[in-house]
Amino acid sequence: MKKSDLLEPIAGNGLLHRRLFLKSSVAAMGAAGLQFITAKVATAAPLEVPAWMQIPGTGMSGYGARSRHEEHIQRSFGSLPGTVGVGSSKTPLEHLEGIITPGALHFERHHNGIPDIAPLEHQLLIHGLVDRPLTFDLESLTRYPLVSHIHFLECSGNSGANNAPKPPQLPASSIHGLVSCSEWTGVPLAVLLDEAGVQSEGSWILAEGSDAAAMSRSIPMAKVRDDAIVAIYQNGEHLRPANGYPMRLFLPGWEGNMSVKWLRRIQVTSGPTMTKDETSKYSDLMPDGRSKLFTFPMEVKSLITSPSGTNAMQGTGLYQVSGIAWSGLGRIRRVEVSADDGRTWAEAALTDPVLPRAFTRFRLPWRWDGGPAVLQSRAIDETGAVQPTRTVLLGERGANYRYHYNAIQSWAVSETGEVSNVYS
Amino acid sequence: MSIVSRIMWIYIALLACPAFAQEGPELGVAVTADQIASWAISVQPDGTGLPAGSGNAAAGAEVYVMKCLACHGPEGAGGLNDWLVGGHGTISSDTPVRTIGSYWPYATTVFDYIRRAMPLTQPQSLSNDETYAVTAYLLELNGIIDEGDVMDAETVPNVEMPNAGNFIWVYSEK
Repeated sequence: MKKSDLLEPIAGNGLLHRRLFLKSSVAAMGAAGLQFITAKVATAAPLEVPAWMQIPGTGMSGYGARSRHEEHIQRSFGSLPGTVGVGSSKTPLEHLEGIITPGALHFERHHNGIPDIAPLEHQLLIHGLVDRPLTFDLESLTRYPLVSHIHFLECSGNSGANNAPKPPQLPASSIHGLVSCSEWTGVPLAVLLDEAGVQSEGSWILAEGSDAAAMSRSIPMAKVRDDAIVAIYQNGEHLRPANGYPMRLFLPGWEGNMSVKWLRRIQVTSGPTMTKDETSKYSDLMPDGRSKLFTFPMEVKSLITSPSGTNAMQGTGLYQVSGIAWSGLGRIRRVEVSADDGRTWAEAALTDPVLPRAFTRFRLPWRWDGGPAVLQSRAIDETGAVQPTRTVLLGERGANYRYHYNAIQSWAVSETGEVSNVYS
Repeated sequence: MSIVSRIMWIYIALLACPAFAQEGPELGVAVTADQIASWAISVQPDGTGLPAGSGNAAAGAEVYVMKCLACHGPEGAGGLNDWLVGGHGTISSDTPVRTIGSYWPYATTVFDYIRRAMPLTQPQSLSNDETYAVTAYLLELNGIIDEGDVMDAETVPNVEMPNAGNFIWVYSEK
């Protein structure tokens, strides 16, 4: 019997023949191998009682830390030359499971570093086209009705590395890690605006941060009234400094930079302010030389995180393909997975909860037979929007669009088990 | 219907959802226009928010050499950070160079951004006159204003930026 025959499933769910191990061992090692296996069984030691059961463990702590064996799981980060805080760090998506990103691994994008804000001195000013200009502090905001929602946050420049003519050979996180998902708790901004009394011509706001870039973006009032919050907590604890402590704007589903961190000022206006970061940056240049402004929602997207770029397969056999899908326009309705470069697709299982504008974890069993494969995932959201191929996306937008890259990611698996980034 | 237009229609439909209907404890503290002035640093395209003061390109060149050149290069190009000058005619090419002159749609944004965020190591340290002067210098280097033109609250909003007509609003206000 050939090795490839043994790898055929003999029952449902990919069960493989019991003789597989012995037979392939014989093929690899010959008769000596058999003797080795016999000897190994004969001298197998009893399971040892581990050392950590034989002494008391360490004590409690005021603020927990992860296992020291996991400390190598890190964000990758970089800053503009000559600076330390003008750049980004990326969530190590391929090392995470489920849908919640730990606060310490949430991606960062700062425009001039993380301010060291004294919470008792921080104020949020609401002014402009309002009847009563007001300030709020952290203590007063915690007395307002709080709401909590699980939402992804994605930098609109995420995955831009795949605009390059040749596919970058990087881990999934280095290409796609400017996205994370948290539970955000805060005060609906509309409640604060109503207290200030928005005047009839107040159709936009300017949101400004208390950082050294005074990061600022214009947001239409309709979005503010729909679901904008002034977030105070992330995953149950106060925001981290890198995520806007002590308060940030949060706009579910929209470009990450609009959820202005370290929020200090809301000015109600009659139109967009046309700040640097909504005109010269975060605008979408098309091949004909025109640019789109205010492409706010992050569109439907998915990504296989395991296996993924630079991984090495651990031999043939059964694997679980696992990944994340999200859409700034609502819930994920369906995720399909292909192992043959998009020729055939199988529907993946969506893991509860499936929430609007949040990561949705998808999984699918896969038996790798050692041959070349190209793994892809394709997400469809509840509006019916389908994640496009890279060819279609770049065909519509050109290569200088820069932002809002949401094309299907293709991971090639070679016969030797190396996983690489390919353009399908 | 393209994906983009379908998404926009769905988005417009979502806007019709009811707004929050919640009450707060009304803990906001009233502030006066005088108290707000030092924080109100944003400038609208019509010039609203521009302060008193003025400057021209010659004065701006002096500030630029001291405060800007190290990152942005001599005369606004060739530095490690964003190029501010040049790139004219490249925007619809395969290798667009997005500078103030070739790309930015509003001159008010130049003043606003310098005042709020530059120089990177000392943001909000320039005087209003210095900010107007650097704005004038960068516009003059790009051939958008003349050497002797003075930039102030009246003139900045009236500067015609070469690429202003090439921006499309995707978000629609119903």
